[in-house]
Amino acid sequence: MDFFQILSDIEKVDADVYARFDTRRRVFKHMGGLGKKITAATLPAVLSTMFTKAYGQTTALPQIIVDTLNLALSLEYLEFYFYSQGVTSGLFTGNDLNAITIIRDDEQGHINALKGVLQSAAIADPTALAYDYTAGGNLTPFASPAMFLATSQGFVDTGVRAYKGGAVNLMGNKDILTAALNIHSVEARHSSHIRSMRRGYSTGVANTNGTTIAGLDGGGAGDALPKSWLSLQENGGPKPTKTVANTAGPAGGPLTAAVYAAGTDATKYPADDNVMQSTVNVQSNTTPPTGLTVTAAAASEAFDEPLDAAAVKAIARNFITALGVSKGLFS
Amino acid sequence: MPTTFPSDASSRPATSDQPLLTPIKRRSFFMYAGATAGATALVLAGCSKSDSSPGTTDVGSGDFGVLNYAYALEQLEAAFYAQVLAGSYFTNLPAGSAEKQIFTDLALHEKIHADFLKTALGTNAIKALTPDFSSITFSDRLSVLNAAQAFEDLGVQAYNGAGRYITSADYLTLAGKIVSVEARHAALIRDLISYNSFVGPVTGATVTSNAVIDPSLTSATARMEQSKSPTVVLATANMFLAPGSKLTANSFM
Repeated sequence: MDFFQILSDIEKVDADVYARFDTRRRVFKHMGGLGKKITAATLPAVLSTMFTKAYGQTTALPQIIVDTLNLALSLEYLEFYFYSQGVTSGLFTGNDLNAITIIRDDEQGHINALKGVLQSAAIADPTALAYDYTAGGNLTPFASPAMFLATSQGFVDTGVRAYKGGAVNLMGNKDILTAALNIHSVEARHSSHIRSMRRGYSTGVANTNGTTIAGLDGGGAGDALPKSWLSLQENGGPKPTKTVANTAGPAGGPLTAAVYAAGTDATKYPADDNVMQSTVNVQSNTTPPTGLTVTAAAASEAFDEPLDAAAVKAIARNFITALGVSKGLFS
Repeated sequence: MPTTFPSDASSRPATSDQPLLTPIKRRSFFMYAGATAGATALVLAGCSKSDSSPGTTDVGSGDFGVLNYAYALEQLEAAFYAQVLAGSYFTNLPAGSAEKQIFTDLALHEKIHADFLKTALGTNAIKALTPDFSSITFSDRLSVLNAAQAFEDLGVQAYNGAGRYITSADYLTLAGKIVSVEARHAALIRDLISYNSFVGPVTGATVTSNAVIDPSLTSATARMEQSKSPTVVLATANMFLAPGSKLTANSFM
Protein backbone atom coordinates (compact mmCIF):
# COMPACT_ATOMS: atom_id res chain seq x y z
CA MET A 1 0.00 0.00 0.00
CA ASP A 2 1.52 3.27 -1.14
CA PHE A 3 -0.03 5.95 1.03
CA PHE A 4 1.39 8.84 -0.92
CA GLN A 5 0.13 7.37 -4.17
CA ILE A 6 -3.30 7.07 -2.62
CA LEU A 7 -3.27 10.69 -1.55
CA SER A 8 -2.04 11.70 -4.97
CA ASP A 9 -4.79 9.72 -6.64
CA ILE A 10 -7.42 11.26 -4.41
CA GLU A 11 -6.09 14.71 -5.16
CA LYS A 12 -6.88 14.12 -8.82
CA VAL A 13 -10.57 13.89 -8.07
CA ASP A 14 -10.69 15.95 -4.89
CA ALA A 15 -8.39 18.93 -5.00
CA ASP A 16 -9.23 19.68 -1.40
CA VAL A 17 -7.98 16.42 0.00
CA TYR A 18 -5.02 17.96 1.76
CA ALA A 19 -7.14 20.71 3.24
CA ARG A 20 -9.49 18.06 4.55
CA PHE A 21 -6.66 16.40 6.37
CA ASP A 22 -5.49 19.79 7.63
CA THR A 23 -2.67 21.00 5.45
CA ARG A 24 -0.38 19.20 3.12
CA ARG A 25 2.62 19.98 5.23
CA ARG A 26 1.06 18.74 8.41
CA VAL A 27 -0.12 15.55 6.77
CA PHE A 28 3.41 14.75 5.78
CA LYS A 29 4.75 15.80 9.16
CA HIS A 30 2.17 13.63 10.80
CA MET A 31 3.13 10.71 8.64
CA GLY A 32 6.79 11.32 9.25
CA GLY A 33 6.36 11.30 13.00
CA LEU A 34 4.39 8.12 12.84
CA GLY A 35 6.71 6.51 10.38
CA LYS A 36 8.53 4.34 12.80
CA LYS A 37 5.40 3.08 14.43
CA ILE A 38 3.50 2.29 11.28
CA THR A 39 3.81 -1.23 10.07
CA ALA A 40 2.12 -2.92 7.18
CA ALA A 41 -0.38 -4.30 9.63
CA THR A 42 -1.30 -1.01 11.30
CA LEU A 43 -1.29 1.23 8.25
CA PRO A 44 -4.86 0.45 7.23
CA ALA A 45 -6.16 1.34 10.68
CA VAL A 46 -4.23 4.60 10.71
CA LEU A 47 -5.58 5.48 7.29
CA SER A 48 -9.09 4.57 8.29
CA THR A 49 -8.96 6.97 11.19
CA MET A 50 -7.55 9.74 9.07
CA PHE A 51 -10.11 9.31 6.33
CA THR A 52 -12.95 9.21 8.79
CA LYS A 53 -11.79 12.50 10.22
CA ALA A 54 -11.35 13.99 6.75
CA TYR A 55 -14.55 12.82 5.14
CA GLY A 56 -16.86 11.70 7.93
CA GLN A 57 -19.58 13.91 9.31
CA THR A 58 -17.64 15.08 12.28
CA THR A 59 -18.43 18.68 11.48
CA ALA A 60 -21.86 20.28 11.48
CA LEU A 61 -23.88 20.34 8.30
CA PRO A 62 -23.86 23.68 6.49
CA GLN A 63 -26.64 25.96 7.71
CA ILE A 64 -28.28 26.10 4.29
CA ILE A 65 -28.68 22.32 4.32
CA VAL A 66 -30.00 22.32 7.89
CA ASP A 67 -32.52 25.05 7.07
CA THR A 68 -33.68 23.37 3.87
CA LEU A 69 -34.10 19.95 5.47
CA ASN A 70 -35.83 21.36 8.54
CA LEU A 71 -38.37 23.13 6.34
CA ALA A 72 -38.90 19.81 4.57
CA LEU A 73 -39.25 18.11 7.95
CA SER A 74 -41.82 20.70 9.08
CA LEU A 75 -43.86 20.00 5.96
CA GLU A 76 -43.54 16.25 6.44
CA TYR A 77 -44.86 16.57 10.00
CA LEU A 78 -47.72 18.74 8.71
CA GLU A 79 -48.63 16.04 6.22
CA PHE A 80 -48.03 13.13 8.56
CA TYR A 81 -50.43 14.41 11.22
CA PHE A 82 -52.96 15.32 8.55
CA TYR A 83 -52.98 11.83 7.05
CA SER A 84 -52.89 10.28 10.53
CA GLN A 85 -56.16 12.03 11.32
CA GLY A 86 -57.44 11.02 7.89
CA VAL A 87 -56.79 7.38 8.71
CA THR A 88 -58.64 7.53 12.03
CA SER A 89 -61.38 9.92 10.87
CA GLY A 90 -63.67 7.22 9.54
CA LEU A 91 -63.93 9.12 6.26
CA PHE A 92 -62.31 6.37 4.26
CA THR A 93 -62.73 2.65 3.77
CA GLY A 94 -61.30 0.00 1.49
CA ASN A 95 -58.86 1.09 -1.18
CA ASP A 96 -59.16 4.70 -0.12
CA LEU A 97 -58.24 3.97 3.49
CA ASN A 98 -55.32 1.91 2.23
CA ALA A 99 -54.12 4.79 0.06
CA ILE A 100 -54.29 7.31 2.90
CA THR A 101 -52.51 4.83 5.16
CA ILE A 102 -49.74 4.27 2.60
CA ILE A 103 -49.21 8.00 2.24
CA ARG A 104 -49.19 8.49 6.03
CA ASP A 105 -46.56 5.78 6.34
CA ASP A 106 -44.49 7.30 3.55
CA GLU A 107 -44.45 10.61 5.43
CA GLN A 108 -43.44 8.78 8.61
CA GLY A 109 -40.56 7.19 6.74
CA HIS A 110 -39.49 10.55 5.33
CA ILE A 111 -39.56 12.06 8.82
CA ASN A 112 -37.37 9.29 10.16
CA ALA A 113 -34.93 9.56 7.26
CA LEU A 114 -34.67 13.34 7.53
CA LYS A 115 -34.12 13.11 11.28
CA GLY A 116 -31.38 10.59 10.57
CA VAL A 117 -29.58 13.07 8.34
CA LEU A 118 -30.09 16.09 10.58
CA GLN A 119 -29.34 14.30 13.86
CA SER A 120 -29.21 16.90 16.64
CA ALA A 121 -29.93 19.70 14.17
CA ALA A 122 -33.43 18.37 13.51
CA ILE A 123 -36.35 20.38 14.82
CA ALA A 124 -38.23 18.73 17.67
CA ASP A 125 -41.43 16.92 16.76
CA PRO A 126 -43.95 19.79 16.76
CA THR A 127 -46.74 17.30 17.59
CA ALA A 128 -50.22 17.33 16.07
CA LEU A 129 -51.22 20.19 18.35
CA ALA A 130 -48.97 22.54 16.41
CA TYR A 131 -51.05 22.19 13.27
CA ASP A 132 -54.49 23.60 12.54
CA TYR A 133 -55.97 21.97 9.47
CA THR A 134 -59.05 24.17 9.59
CA ALA A 135 -56.83 27.17 8.86
CA GLY A 136 -58.35 29.22 11.64
CA GLY A 137 -61.82 27.74 11.31
CA ASN A 138 -62.10 28.42 7.60
CA LEU A 139 -61.80 24.83 6.36
CA THR A 140 -63.54 21.59 7.25
CA PRO A 141 -61.12 18.99 5.92
CA PHE A 142 -62.58 16.20 8.03
CA ALA A 143 -66.19 16.91 7.06
CA SER A 144 -66.10 14.79 3.93
CA PRO A 145 -63.69 12.70 1.86
CA ALA A 146 -63.84 15.30 -0.91
CA MET A 147 -62.90 18.10 1.51
CA PHE A 148 -60.06 16.03 2.91
CA LEU A 149 -58.67 15.25 -0.53
CA ALA A 150 -58.97 18.82 -1.74
CA THR A 151 -56.99 20.01 1.28
CA SER A 152 -54.53 17.17 0.81
CA GLN A 153 -53.86 18.18 -2.78
CA GLY A 154 -52.90 21.66 -1.64
CA PHE A 155 -50.43 20.25 0.88
CA VAL A 156 -48.83 17.71 -1.39
CA ASP A 157 -48.47 20.04 -4.36
CA THR A 158 -46.86 22.61 -2.05
CA GLY A 159 -44.51 19.89 -0.86
CA VAL A 160 -43.46 18.89 -4.37
CA ARG A 161 -42.71 22.49 -5.26
CA ALA A 162 -40.84 23.01 -1.97
CA TYR A 163 -38.51 20.03 -2.48
CA LYS A 164 -37.90 21.13 -6.06
CA GLY A 165 -37.01 24.64 -4.93
CA GLY A 166 -34.83 23.38 -2.10
CA ALA A 167 -32.79 20.88 -4.12
CA VAL A 168 -30.19 23.41 -5.25
CA ASN A 169 -29.42 24.18 -1.59
CA LEU A 170 -28.29 20.59 -1.12
CA MET A 171 -25.80 20.37 -3.97
CA GLY A 172 -22.88 20.56 -1.58
CA ASN A 173 -23.69 17.09 -0.27
CA LYS A 174 -24.51 14.63 -3.02
CA ASP A 175 -25.89 11.93 -0.74
CA ILE A 176 -28.28 14.34 0.97
CA LEU A 177 -29.27 15.74 -2.43
CA THR A 178 -30.03 12.24 -3.69
CA ALA A 179 -32.12 11.50 -0.60
CA ALA A 180 -34.14 14.68 -1.10
CA LEU A 181 -34.69 13.86 -4.77
CA ASN A 182 -35.84 10.40 -3.77
CA ILE A 183 -38.42 11.95 -1.42
CA HIS A 184 -39.44 14.56 -3.99
CA SER A 185 -40.56 11.99 -6.55
CA VAL A 186 -42.55 10.06 -3.95
CA GLU A 187 -44.42 13.25 -3.07
CA ALA A 188 -45.19 13.69 -6.76
CA ARG A 189 -46.53 10.13 -6.87
CA HIS A 190 -48.77 11.03 -3.91
CA SER A 191 -50.05 14.10 -5.72
CA SER A 192 -50.86 12.00 -8.77
CA HIS A 193 -52.83 9.52 -6.69
CA ILE A 194 -54.67 12.13 -4.61
CA ARG A 195 -55.74 13.74 -7.87
CA SER A 196 -56.97 10.40 -9.19
CA MET A 197 -58.96 9.96 -5.99
CA ARG A 198 -60.45 13.42 -6.36
CA ARG A 199 -61.64 12.64 -9.86
CA GLY A 200 -63.54 9.73 -8.39
CA TYR A 201 -65.01 11.65 -5.48
CA SER A 202 -65.93 14.64 -7.56
CA THR A 203 -68.61 12.56 -9.19
CA GLY A 204 -69.81 11.36 -5.84
CA VAL A 205 -68.70 7.83 -6.59
CA ALA A 206 -66.82 5.98 -3.91
CA ASN A 207 -63.42 5.85 -5.43
CA THR A 208 -62.11 2.57 -6.56
CA ASN A 209 -61.88 3.73 -10.13
CA GLY A 210 -60.71 7.31 -10.12
CA THR A 211 -58.42 6.52 -12.99
CA THR A 212 -61.11 5.36 -15.35
CA ILE A 213 -63.71 8.10 -15.16
CA ALA A 214 -63.78 10.68 -17.90
CA GLY A 215 -62.71 13.46 -15.59
CA LEU A 216 -59.55 14.11 -17.47
CA ASP A 217 -61.31 15.14 -20.61
CA GLY A 218 -61.80 18.76 -19.74
CA GLY A 219 -59.00 20.37 -21.66
CA GLY A 220 -56.93 21.00 -18.57
CA ALA A 221 -57.04 23.52 -15.78
CA GLY A 222 -59.57 21.57 -13.76
CA ASP A 223 -59.91 22.53 -10.14
CA ALA A 224 -62.56 20.00 -9.22
CA LEU A 225 -61.55 17.41 -11.82
CA PRO A 226 -57.78 17.69 -11.79
CA LYS A 227 -55.49 15.81 -14.06
CA SER A 228 -52.79 13.81 -12.31
CA TRP A 229 -50.34 16.49 -13.48
CA LEU A 230 -50.46 20.24 -12.99
CA SER A 231 -52.23 21.96 -15.86
CA LEU A 232 -51.72 25.70 -16.23
CA GLN A 233 -52.48 27.20 -12.80
CA GLU A 234 -55.10 24.55 -12.05
CA ASN A 235 -57.83 27.16 -12.24
CA GLY A 236 -56.80 28.27 -8.76
CA GLY A 237 -56.43 24.79 -7.35
CA PRO A 238 -58.89 22.64 -5.44
CA LYS A 239 -60.27 25.51 -3.34
CA PRO A 240 -61.32 23.28 -0.43
CA THR A 241 -63.38 26.14 0.90
CA LYS A 242 -65.97 25.64 -1.79
CA THR A 243 -65.69 23.54 -4.91
CA VAL A 244 -68.01 22.43 -7.64
CA ALA A 245 -68.19 19.06 -5.98
CA ASN A 246 -68.55 20.47 -2.49
CA THR A 247 -70.97 23.32 -2.61
CA ALA A 248 -71.66 22.77 1.07
CA GLY A 249 -68.13 23.78 1.95
CA PRO A 250 -67.50 26.90 3.98
CA ALA A 251 -66.75 30.12 2.20
CA GLY A 252 -63.67 32.19 2.85
CA GLY A 253 -60.42 31.04 4.27
CA PRO A 254 -57.21 30.61 2.37
CA LEU A 255 -57.66 29.65 -1.23
CA THR A 256 -55.23 27.39 -3.00
CA ALA A 257 -54.20 29.75 -5.78
CA ALA A 258 -50.86 30.45 -4.10
CA VAL A 259 -49.94 26.77 -4.40
CA TYR A 260 -49.84 27.15 -8.18
CA ALA A 261 -48.78 30.78 -8.46
CA ALA A 262 -45.34 32.31 -8.85
CA GLY A 263 -42.94 32.38 -5.95
CA THR A 264 -41.17 35.36 -4.44
CA ASP A 265 -38.98 35.72 -7.51
CA ALA A 266 -41.19 34.99 -10.49
CA THR A 267 -38.19 34.49 -12.76
CA LYS A 268 -36.70 31.72 -10.68
CA TYR A 269 -40.00 30.40 -9.35
CA PRO A 270 -42.59 30.94 -12.08
CA ALA A 271 -46.23 30.04 -11.79
CA ASP A 272 -47.22 26.55 -12.90
CA ASP A 273 -48.55 27.75 -16.25
CA ASN A 274 -45.00 28.62 -17.29
CA VAL A 275 -43.95 27.46 -20.77
CA MET A 276 -40.49 29.08 -20.89
CA GLN A 277 -37.84 26.58 -19.82
CA SER A 278 -34.36 28.07 -19.77
CA THR A 279 -34.53 30.18 -22.95
CA VAL A 280 -36.80 27.76 -24.78
CA ASN A 281 -40.52 28.24 -25.34
CA VAL A 282 -41.43 24.58 -25.00
CA GLN A 283 -44.81 25.07 -26.64
CA SER A 284 -43.49 26.48 -29.92
CA ASN A 285 -40.28 24.41 -29.75
CA THR A 286 -42.09 21.09 -29.91
CA THR A 287 -42.94 19.16 -33.04
CA PRO A 288 -46.10 17.41 -31.81
CA PRO A 289 -46.87 13.74 -32.35
CA THR A 290 -48.93 13.06 -35.47
CA GLY A 291 -52.41 14.49 -35.24
CA LEU A 292 -51.85 16.39 -32.00
CA THR A 293 -51.36 20.03 -31.11
CA VAL A 294 -49.08 21.34 -28.39
CA THR A 295 -51.37 23.53 -26.31
CA ALA A 296 -50.17 25.91 -23.62
CA ALA A 297 -51.78 23.52 -21.14
CA ALA A 298 -49.73 20.57 -22.41
CA ALA A 299 -46.56 22.68 -22.39
CA SER A 300 -47.21 23.70 -18.78
CA GLU A 301 -48.04 20.14 -17.74
CA ALA A 302 -44.72 18.79 -18.97
CA PHE A 303 -42.77 20.79 -16.37
CA ASP A 304 -43.50 21.26 -12.67
CA GLU A 305 -42.24 24.52 -11.21
CA PRO A 306 -40.24 25.03 -8.01
CA LEU A 307 -41.26 27.29 -5.13
CA ASP A 308 -38.96 29.22 -2.80
CA ALA A 309 -38.85 28.75 0.94
CA ALA A 310 -40.49 32.08 1.76
CA ALA A 311 -43.50 31.35 -0.46
CA VAL A 312 -43.79 27.82 0.92
CA LYS A 313 -43.74 29.11 4.49
CA ALA A 314 -46.37 31.74 3.71
CA ILE A 315 -48.73 28.98 2.55
CA ALA A 316 -47.92 26.68 5.45
CA ARG A 317 -48.35 29.37 8.11
CA ASN A 318 -52.09 29.22 7.46
CA PHE A 319 -52.06 25.79 9.05
CA ILE A 320 -50.34 26.25 12.42
CA THR A 321 -51.73 26.91 15.86
CA ALA A 322 -50.46 29.33 18.47
CA LEU A 323 -48.35 26.45 19.71
CA GLY A 324 -46.89 26.05 16.22
CA VAL A 325 -46.13 29.76 16.16
CA SER A 326 -44.40 29.52 19.52
CA LYS A 327 -42.29 26.69 18.18
CA GLY A 328 -41.23 28.90 15.29
CA LEU A 329 -42.79 26.68 12.63
CA PHE A 330 -42.47 28.14 9.14
CA SER A 331 -41.08 31.39 10.54
CA MET B 1 -28.76 15.90 -36.42
CA PRO B 2 -25.06 16.64 -35.90
CA THR B 3 -23.40 13.41 -34.99
CA THR B 4 -19.81 14.32 -35.80
CA PHE B 5 -19.29 16.25 -32.61
CA PRO B 6 -17.62 13.99 -30.07
CA SER B 7 -20.43 12.96 -27.81
CA ASP B 8 -18.14 12.24 -24.91
CA ALA B 9 -16.65 15.70 -25.04
CA SER B 10 -16.08 17.40 -21.73
CA SER B 11 -18.46 20.06 -22.87
CA ARG B 12 -19.82 21.64 -19.75
CA PRO B 13 -20.37 25.37 -19.92
CA ALA B 14 -17.63 27.41 -18.34
CA THR B 15 -19.94 28.74 -15.65
CA SER B 16 -23.27 27.60 -14.34
CA ASP B 17 -24.74 30.96 -15.23
CA GLN B 18 -23.98 30.53 -18.89
CA PRO B 19 -27.18 30.29 -20.91
CA LEU B 20 -28.21 26.79 -21.79
CA LEU B 21 -28.29 27.64 -25.46
CA THR B 22 -24.67 28.69 -25.72
CA PRO B 23 -22.79 25.57 -26.73
CA ILE B 24 -19.02 25.78 -26.77
CA LYS B 25 -17.83 26.63 -30.25
CA ARG B 26 -16.36 23.67 -32.01
CA ARG B 27 -13.03 25.35 -32.62
CA SER B 28 -12.62 26.58 -29.07
CA PHE B 29 -13.56 23.15 -27.83
CA PHE B 30 -10.69 21.55 -29.67
CA MET B 31 -8.30 24.19 -28.39
CA TYR B 32 -9.49 23.44 -24.91
CA ALA B 33 -9.28 19.72 -25.46
CA GLY B 34 -5.74 19.93 -26.76
CA ALA B 35 -4.52 22.08 -23.90
CA THR B 36 -5.95 19.85 -21.26
CA ALA B 37 -5.67 16.41 -22.79
CA GLY B 38 -2.96 15.43 -20.36
CA ALA B 39 -4.84 16.66 -17.34
CA THR B 40 -7.99 14.90 -18.48
CA ALA B 41 -6.11 11.67 -18.83
CA LEU B 42 -4.90 12.05 -15.28
CA VAL B 43 -8.34 12.78 -13.91
CA LEU B 44 -9.72 9.74 -15.60
CA ALA B 45 -6.83 7.54 -14.55
CA GLY B 46 -8.83 6.12 -11.68
CA CYS B 47 -11.79 5.23 -13.83
CA SER B 48 -12.13 2.19 -16.00
CA LYS B 49 -13.25 4.35 -18.87
CA SER B 50 -12.95 2.56 -22.12
CA ASP B 51 -13.76 3.73 -25.59
CA SER B 52 -17.32 3.12 -26.63
CA SER B 53 -17.87 -0.23 -28.21
CA PRO B 54 -18.56 -0.10 -31.92
CA GLY B 55 -22.15 0.86 -32.58
CA THR B 56 -22.78 2.27 -29.13
CA THR B 57 -23.27 5.90 -28.24
CA ASP B 58 -21.80 7.29 -25.06
CA VAL B 59 -23.85 10.06 -23.45
CA GLY B 60 -20.67 12.00 -22.67
CA SER B 61 -19.42 13.64 -19.52
CA GLY B 62 -20.19 16.63 -17.36
CA ASP B 63 -23.55 18.35 -17.27
CA PHE B 64 -24.07 17.87 -20.99
CA GLY B 65 -23.50 14.17 -20.43
CA VAL B 66 -26.30 14.11 -17.86
CA LEU B 67 -28.57 16.11 -20.13
CA ASN B 68 -27.81 13.75 -23.02
CA TYR B 69 -28.60 10.83 -20.75
CA ALA B 70 -31.96 12.47 -20.06
CA TYR B 71 -32.40 13.26 -23.76
CA ALA B 72 -31.81 9.61 -24.64
CA LEU B 73 -34.47 8.41 -22.21
CA GLU B 74 -36.94 11.09 -23.32
CA GLN B 75 -36.36 10.08 -26.95
CA LEU B 76 -37.19 6.53 -25.99
CA GLU B 77 -40.37 7.55 -24.16
CA ALA B 78 -41.50 9.91 -26.91
CA ALA B 79 -41.00 7.23 -29.56
CA PHE B 80 -42.88 4.72 -27.44
CA TYR B 81 -45.95 6.91 -26.93
CA ALA B 82 -45.97 7.93 -30.60
CA GLN B 83 -46.22 4.26 -31.41
CA VAL B 84 -48.91 3.76 -28.76
CA LEU B 85 -51.00 6.44 -30.46
CA ALA B 86 -50.70 4.58 -33.76
CA GLY B 87 -51.57 1.19 -32.26
CA SER B 88 -54.99 -0.41 -32.16
CA TYR B 89 -55.22 -0.43 -28.36
CA PHE B 90 -55.26 3.36 -28.45
CA THR B 91 -57.18 3.87 -31.67
CA ASN B 92 -59.96 1.62 -30.41
CA LEU B 93 -60.43 3.62 -27.21
CA PRO B 94 -63.73 5.52 -27.11
CA ALA B 95 -63.48 9.24 -27.75
CA GLY B 96 -63.48 11.11 -24.46
CA SER B 97 -62.32 8.12 -22.44
CA ALA B 98 -59.87 8.76 -19.66
CA GLU B 99 -57.23 6.44 -21.10
CA LYS B 100 -57.41 8.19 -24.46
CA GLN B 101 -56.83 11.52 -22.75
CA ILE B 102 -54.08 10.09 -20.56
CA PHE B 103 -52.03 8.61 -23.40
CA THR B 104 -52.53 11.74 -25.49
CA ASP B 105 -51.13 13.79 -22.62
CA LEU B 106 -48.23 11.41 -22.06
CA ALA B 107 -47.30 11.46 -25.76
CA LEU B 108 -47.30 15.25 -25.70
CA HIS B 109 -45.35 15.58 -22.45
CA GLU B 110 -42.57 13.24 -23.50
CA LYS B 111 -42.22 14.81 -26.95
CA ILE B 112 -42.05 18.22 -25.27
CA HIS B 113 -39.27 16.92 -22.98
CA ALA B 114 -37.31 15.33 -25.83
CA ASP B 115 -37.54 18.34 -28.14
CA PHE B 116 -36.64 20.69 -25.29
CA LEU B 117 -33.49 18.75 -24.41
CA LYS B 118 -32.51 18.49 -28.07
CA THR B 119 -32.81 22.26 -28.48
CA ALA B 120 -31.08 22.95 -25.20
CA LEU B 121 -28.15 20.70 -26.05
CA GLY B 122 -27.75 22.11 -29.55
CA THR B 123 -24.66 20.71 -31.24
CA ASN B 124 -23.81 18.79 -28.07
CA ALA B 125 -26.83 16.53 -28.47
CA ILE B 126 -26.37 12.85 -29.17
CA LYS B 127 -27.86 11.46 -32.35
CA ALA B 128 -31.48 10.50 -32.86
CA LEU B 129 -31.84 6.98 -31.48
CA THR B 130 -33.61 4.12 -33.21
CA PRO B 131 -35.90 2.25 -30.81
CA ASP B 132 -36.74 -1.42 -30.87
CA PHE B 133 -40.21 -2.00 -29.44
CA SER B 134 -40.59 -5.49 -30.91
CA SER B 135 -41.23 -6.87 -27.40
CA ILE B 136 -44.33 -4.69 -26.99
CA THR B 137 -47.75 -5.55 -28.41
CA PHE B 138 -49.34 -2.23 -29.28
CA SER B 139 -52.75 -3.78 -29.79
CA ASP B 140 -52.82 -5.09 -26.23
CA ARG B 141 -53.79 -2.84 -23.33
CA LEU B 142 -51.76 -4.61 -20.68
CA SER B 143 -48.67 -4.89 -22.85
CA VAL B 144 -48.83 -1.14 -23.49
CA LEU B 145 -49.46 -0.31 -19.83
CA ASN B 146 -46.67 -2.56 -18.60
CA ALA B 147 -44.21 -0.99 -21.00
CA ALA B 148 -45.40 2.50 -20.03
CA GLN B 149 -44.90 1.65 -16.37
CA ALA B 150 -41.40 0.36 -17.06
CA PHE B 151 -40.45 3.51 -18.98
CA GLU B 152 -41.96 5.93 -16.45
CA ASP B 153 -40.50 4.25 -13.38
CA LEU B 154 -37.16 4.02 -15.17
CA GLY B 155 -37.30 7.72 -15.98
CA VAL B 156 -37.88 8.65 -12.35
CA GLN B 157 -35.14 6.34 -11.13
CA ALA B 158 -32.77 7.71 -13.78
CA TYR B 159 -33.31 11.40 -13.06
CA ASN B 160 -33.06 10.84 -9.31
CA GLY B 161 -29.89 8.82 -9.70
CA ALA B 162 -28.26 11.34 -12.03
CA GLY B 163 -28.95 14.44 -9.94
CA ARG B 164 -25.68 13.99 -8.05
CA TYR B 165 -23.67 14.33 -11.26
CA ILE B 166 -25.12 17.73 -12.17
CA THR B 167 -22.89 20.69 -11.31
CA SER B 168 -25.10 23.54 -12.52
CA ALA B 169 -27.93 24.64 -10.22
CA ASP B 170 -30.01 25.63 -13.23
CA TYR B 171 -29.71 22.20 -14.79
CA LEU B 172 -30.52 20.50 -11.49
CA THR B 173 -33.70 22.54 -11.23
CA LEU B 174 -34.60 21.70 -14.83
CA ALA B 175 -34.14 18.01 -14.12
CA GLY B 176 -36.32 18.44 -11.02
CA LYS B 177 -39.04 20.08 -13.08
CA ILE B 178 -39.17 17.06 -15.36
CA VAL B 179 -38.74 14.22 -12.88
CA SER B 180 -41.82 15.05 -10.81
CA VAL B 181 -43.91 14.97 -13.98
CA GLU B 182 -42.46 11.55 -14.77
CA ALA B 183 -43.39 10.48 -11.24
CA ARG B 184 -46.96 11.69 -11.76
CA HIS B 185 -47.10 9.65 -14.96
CA ALA B 186 -45.63 6.59 -13.28
CA ALA B 187 -48.11 6.70 -10.39
CA LEU B 188 -51.12 7.00 -12.70
CA ILE B 189 -49.96 4.21 -15.02
CA ARG B 190 -49.35 2.04 -11.96
CA ASP B 191 -52.84 2.85 -10.70
CA LEU B 192 -54.30 1.92 -14.08
CA ILE B 193 -52.63 -1.49 -13.92
CA SER B 194 -53.25 -2.13 -10.24
CA TYR B 195 -55.15 0.46 -8.29
CA ASN B 196 -53.25 1.90 -5.29
CA SER B 197 -49.86 0.72 -6.53
CA PHE B 198 -48.67 4.32 -6.99
CA VAL B 199 -45.59 3.58 -4.83
CA GLY B 200 -46.12 -0.15 -4.89
CA PRO B 201 -46.85 -2.92 -5.54
CA VAL B 202 -48.91 -3.12 -2.35
CA THR B 203 -50.92 -5.65 -0.43
CA GLY B 204 -53.67 -3.65 1.20
CA ALA B 205 -51.80 -0.81 2.89
CA THR B 206 -48.53 -2.74 3.02
CA VAL B 207 -45.88 -1.77 0.52
CA THR B 208 -44.17 -4.91 -0.68
CA SER B 209 -40.46 -5.51 -1.01
CA ASN B 210 -40.45 -5.11 -4.79
CA ALA B 211 -41.98 -1.63 -4.58
CA VAL B 212 -40.49 1.43 -6.23
CA ILE B 213 -39.84 2.83 -2.75
CA ASP B 214 -37.88 1.41 0.14
CA PRO B 215 -40.73 -0.14 2.18
CA SER B 216 -38.89 0.31 5.49
CA LEU B 217 -40.21 2.96 7.88
CA THR B 218 -36.92 3.37 9.70
CA SER B 219 -34.03 2.85 7.32
CA ALA B 220 -31.80 5.67 6.09
CA THR B 221 -33.77 5.57 2.84
CA ALA B 222 -37.16 4.98 4.44
CA ARG B 223 -40.05 5.27 1.96
CA MET B 224 -37.79 6.94 -0.60
CA GLU B 225 -37.77 6.25 -4.31
CA GLN B 226 -35.14 3.64 -5.09
CA SER B 227 -33.18 5.54 -7.69
CA LYS B 228 -30.82 3.77 -10.07
CA SER B 229 -27.38 4.48 -11.44
CA PRO B 230 -26.94 5.22 -15.15
CA THR B 231 -25.34 1.82 -15.69
CA VAL B 232 -28.38 0.00 -14.32
CA VAL B 233 -30.83 2.27 -16.12
CA LEU B 234 -29.11 1.87 -19.48
CA ALA B 235 -29.07 -1.90 -19.18
CA THR B 236 -32.87 -1.69 -19.25
CA ALA B 237 -33.08 1.12 -21.80
CA ASN B 238 -30.80 -0.74 -24.20
CA MET B 239 -33.32 -3.57 -24.38
CA PHE B 240 -35.58 -1.12 -26.21
CA LEU B 241 -32.92 0.33 -28.49
CA ALA B 242 -31.91 -1.07 -31.88
CA PRO B 243 -28.38 -2.24 -32.64
CA GLY B 244 -26.39 0.87 -33.44
CA SER B 245 -28.36 2.94 -30.92
CA LYS B 246 -27.25 1.21 -27.70
CA LEU B 247 -26.07 3.60 -25.00
CA THR B 248 -23.24 3.79 -22.52
CA ALA B 249 -22.54 6.31 -19.77
CA ASN B 250 -18.87 5.65 -19.14
CA SER B 251 -18.31 8.87 -17.23
CA PHE B 252 -21.04 8.16 -14.70
CA MET B 253 -19.95 4.82 -13.31
